[in-house]
Amino acid sequence: MTITINREFKLEDLMLDNSKNKDVVYDTKNLNLWYGEDQALKNINLKIYENEVTAIIGPSGCGKSTYLKTLNRMNELIPSVKTSGEIVYRGRNIFDKSYKAEELRTQVGMVFQKPNPFPKSIYENIVYGPKIHGIKDKKILDEIVEKSLRGAALWDEVKDRLKENAYGLSGGQQQRLCIARCLAIEPDVILMDEPTSALDPISTLKIEELMQSLKKDFTIIIVTHNMQQAARISDRTAFFLSGEVIEYNSTDKIFSTPENKKTEDYISGRFG
Amino acid sequence: MTIREKFDVDLHSLQDAVIELYNKTEIALTKSFEALNTRNIDLALQIFEEDRPIDRLEEEINDFAIMVITRQQPVATDLRRVIVSIKIASDLERLADYAVNIAKATIKIANEDYVKPLIHLNEMHKNVLEMLTLAIESYREEDVAKAKKVAELDDRIDELYGIVIKDLLSLTPDNSDKLTQISQLSFVARYLERAGDHITNIAESTLYLVKGRHYILND
Repeated sequence: MTITINREFKLEDLMLDNSKNKDVVYDTKNLNLWYGEDQALKNINLKIYENEVTAIIGPSGCGKSTYLKTLNRMNELIPSVKTSGEIVYRGRNIFDKSYKAEELRTQVGMVFQKPNPFPKSIYENIVYGPKIHGIKDKKILDEIVEKSLRGAALWDEVKDRLKENAYGLSGGQQQRLCIARCLAIEPDVILMDEPTSALDPISTLKIEELMQSLKKDFTIIIVTHNMQQAARISDRTAFFLSGEVIEYNSTDKIFSTPENKKTEDYISGRFG
Repeated sequence: MTIREKFDVDLHSLQDAVIELYNKTEIALTKSFEALNTRNIDLALQIFEEDRPIDRLEEEINDFAIMVITRQQPVATDLRRVIVSIKIASDLERLADYAVNIAKATIKIANEDYVKPLIHLNEMHKNVLEMLTLAIESYREEDVAKAKKVAELDDRIDELYGIVIKDLLSLTPDNSDKLTQISQLSFVARYLERAGDHITNIAESTLYLVKGRHYILND
């Protein structure tokens, strides 16, 4: 986002709550989550808005990754996990018995901390998801590959070597390939769990710029340890501490005049 | 020392440097009126000399603030502390320039008796110094009530400015040989009035530091 300073510019305007006109993608209501006896999430209430980048920050063990994984039900693979409350995605509670995890995950893609391409060609990495969903027409698959790679700002770098193994790409390129793979299934939401923590600054910048362009078409939720990153790229920031949401506000507000002292202490490096 | 503790030390150093700049500026303003009242050209020249270290200190504060921003990437109150130190340093440096301007005026008019005792001008000057002390206290203690009081004192300075200018204008017809002096004395009044505005800026900066939003005190 670029801010042009002009006579009408008012910092207060940036901090206004503009959520009223926005569609809610995820509405989390009184969510609690336990790993066995340990409660990892405590009464979370959070609305995620469409076409925004929402950053989740907080110290290690605060529950931010747990929350992210809960959004596409990845936690239910862990036997000891228990949840209560609701996560309403586009009007439907994702914990409903009738809601299939696969169905949810075609809408909600995920990018992890370490790039995890399949040990296959660049092309095969992209078409893997669409093929599972039954697309066989080579022409359509070719189109998906180009569109996804362009969307992930990787096309120009790899278009002449689509048949090469994805492991031959640099770390930053691998991560963009994972984003492209995610785009190939045309999701609604992209979850990102520290997507740049294993990347160098140039690759990090590319991913950050990519997120800015992707939010026009997608809703992005990112967990990040990098406070400057949250400040640079997100529209809204949630600060988690000990499994609770301490403060959830516009990013401009969180990083300039946070309402809670714990938030200010954390973003100012006084603990964590 | 942890990195955060070192950062706090840096923020304190920045504040200390601003207070040091205040001390020097306050001395310059005090001396400027001592020189004016006693028509002391040597003392006036001394103010010129002492302005250079003031300019240098303001530059040092800017450089130090840039260093802190670069290294620590502060946010929220920390960031405002750094920004406000730059702004207050700039206001203090300007105040010291007014002391120099008053010294220049003194040099121009020191060789003749004044058309009248400088009673209201001295009262203006006294108010400026009081206001400055209060503004710096408000900054050092992050005291919102003191910052707001600064604005009240500025109203008195504006009022005195009106009185001084009216007085000087009324003397013009009978003192056509002293027009230089009368105009220089009205410049001095103008410098003090401007000084009041810069001190109000310092109080506004303090409010911004504490509250995180802008207040206009002198409208």
